[in-house]
Amino acid sequence: MAVEVRIPTILRTYTGGEKAVHAEGANLSGLIDDLEANHPGLRDRLIESGDLRRFVNVYINDEDVRFIGGLAAPLADGDQVVVLPAVAGG
Amino acid sequence: MLRIDRATYDGIVAHAKRDHPDEACGVVAGPEGSDRPERLVEMVNAAGSPTFYEFDSTDLFQLYKEMGANDEEPVVIYHSHTATEAYPSRTDIGLASEPGAHYVLVSTREHGNNAGPVEFRSYSIVDGVVTEEEVTVVDPAHEPDPDPRSVF
Repeated sequence: MAVEVRIPTILRTYTGGEKAVHAEGANLSGLIDDLEANHPGLRDRLIESGDLRRFVNVYINDEDVRFIGGLAAPLADGDQVVVLPAVAGG
Repeated sequence: MLRIDRATYDGIVAHAKRDHPDEACGVVAGPEGSDRPERLVEMVNAAGSPTFYEFDSTDLFQLYKEMGANDEEPVVIYHSHTATEAYPSRTDIGLASEPGAHYVLVSTREHGNNAGPVEFRSYSIVDGVVTEEEVTVVDPAHEPDPDPRSVF
């Protein structure tokens, strides 16, 4: 089950510069485990204390995963996942 | 160095003054790799706060989708400080995630919503290191004529 994951500029050091990679998983949590297996270090940039980092946004097919189950959000073949760091500050 | 045209510069300043005392935020998109800030996109500060800004996550997604479709990137990412100087805060530095962008800070602390000069400064923020850069505002009337040699 292949899902395309779009990687933001700041995290492309983990993907050898690739803008998009493929990964597998029945839900977002599984997908991130699979990403970590192929791109070590990536998980820590997405997850902190077992939850998505506050200032990282992940979207499945245009929907912010925070509204569709967070790490438990289900994935299907052909879905597109986009990771975008929050644009925020003080 | 940041080169920015007068209309875009004025647009950012007007947005900052209008939203004072809350922080205003937005981007200026430009063609990928060009370093030319061309398309001003005012964003809503979802935090609605005088001390914090954050693009709404759905708006952020739409913005990046649109820029991707136009082969654009965020050349400038701007926000205002409404009570402090136009220098990146520790939070700004910690959350900066576009190493190629010019981070513009506008301070409205002097005149608030009213007419009057603002501080307008630009920085690169890479791996937690802040480097201020010169800002050149380009007036269309004063653009140098194209090099005649390039015509042929």
